[in-house]
Amino acid sequence: MRERAEKCVVTFRTTAGAMAMEAACKSGGLPGRLIPVPRSVTAGCGLCWAAPPGAREALEELAVKKHLDVDGIYAIIL
Amino acid sequence: MIYLDNAATTRTKPPAVAQAVLEALSSYGNCGRGGHEGALSAARTIYETREKLADLLGCPRADHVCFTQNSTQALNIAISGLLSPEDHILSTDLEHNSVLRPLYRLRERGAGVDFVPADRRGRLDYGAFERLLRPETRAVVCTHASNLTGDVVDIAFVGRFARAHGLLFLLDASQTAGVLSIDMAALGADVVCFTGHKSLMGPQGTGGLCLREGLEIRPFAVGGTGVQSYSEAQPAEYPTRLEAGTLNGHGLAGLSAALDFLNETGAETVHAHEDALARRFYKAVRDLPGVTVYGDPAAPLRAPIVTLNIGNLDSAEVSDELAERFAVATRPGAHCAPRLHRALGTTDQGAVRFSWSWFNTEAETDAAAEAVAILAREAQAE
Repeated sequence: MRERAEKCVVTFRTTAGAMAMEAACKSGGLPGRLIPVPRSVTAGCGLCWAAPPGAREALEELAVKKHLDVDGIYAIIL
Repeated sequence: MIYLDNAATTRTKPPAVAQAVLEALSSYGNCGRGGHEGALSAARTIYETREKLADLLGCPRADHVCFTQNSTQALNIAISGLLSPEDHILSTDLEHNSVLRPLYRLRERGAGVDFVPADRRGRLDYGAFERLLRPETRAVVCTHASNLTGDVVDIAFVGRFARAHGLLFLLDASQTAGVLSIDMAALGADVVCFTGHKSLMGPQGTGGLCLREGLEIRPFAVGGTGVQSYSEAQPAEYPTRLEAGTLNGHGLAGLSAALDFLNETGAETVHAHEDALARRFYKAVRDLPGVTVYGDPAAPLRAPIVTLNIGNLDSAEVSDELAERFAVATRPGAHCAPRLHRALGTTDQGAVRFSWSWFNTEAETDAAAEAVAILAREAQAE
């Protein structure tokens, strides 16, 4: 398995919310990618945005600015 | 075959549509089911399609564009999810059965339903909106354009009427999405239902409904969504709230390509072309002896449809003659529009509908008009 490291994980209530996040991050040049939601966050399936921990503030600002449908933001080891 | 049955479905699609469907069939996973490239490719295309439709139809949010198999399913979701047996609903004689049957079913359960009448020419009595209003009236459900005559409803009027009386406004844009301008926010429409396979030129099996923000619709179907799997209830957030089960990702890839074509070509350009062909046809047939054209084909704003009869001939026979002798494809019969046929007095005869798309030509239109002229002359001679 991969070497574990801390990640900033953003979760959403819908797949459409995850896709809006990906589009906004690509457009804004923010790092990260969509991954299946880790079960340490929720057992309910879905996609989340996983980014380096240093990107958290920029991601939060983007979510507010673009009215993204964010469910939660977590710092976890993946 | 000269295909003039585009109001039923556009047969010729932009070439990129089939290519997009083919590529999707060989590469897509299931949107929202997993984080691998196949699932993400499907999810990206579906989300981009939401964005394109939100732009086209004036929907305030891409995630408020919810996909269905067609307009009928979208209208069923909107009508059954917003209205109750305690409500009174206004609609019109121009409606398709996709509006009428959900309303009739609601009426069987106790709802009041009244229809703004059309006259013998298919013109709506707009004064009836006020006359039919009741204290318990909850909504107006109406089409943007008649699928039978191509006559366009003054939806700006309907939107003002609905706002003035605090009513929900559900718009059926089956015949107009893609060719006539629709701005649901400016109209004050709460729901706009569309299909992908008509004037949007996408594949069959695609359609949906655009919702204003804050609208609470009870889901019609509940089930797998790929998210919130341990919740016993369907997720409350749009679009997932109304999208139980696997979406038609392959079809939506085709619809996305069709929307690109429409944006590159320009919806106004597409409509101008189709409109010019329909008017050319109307001018060629309107004075033929024995030919009756229905609706108001000279109106400035129309869907590209001309519907007629020849004498007392059965419309099915005329349509079959057009297909077999002249290779012209039309639609006879009732067109799932029983109330308007009753208003026009064509219940027994039906009518022959000609409808155009971007891919029709003047030569095809002239050939179809000549075929009508020949049949009209033969009918006179009998």
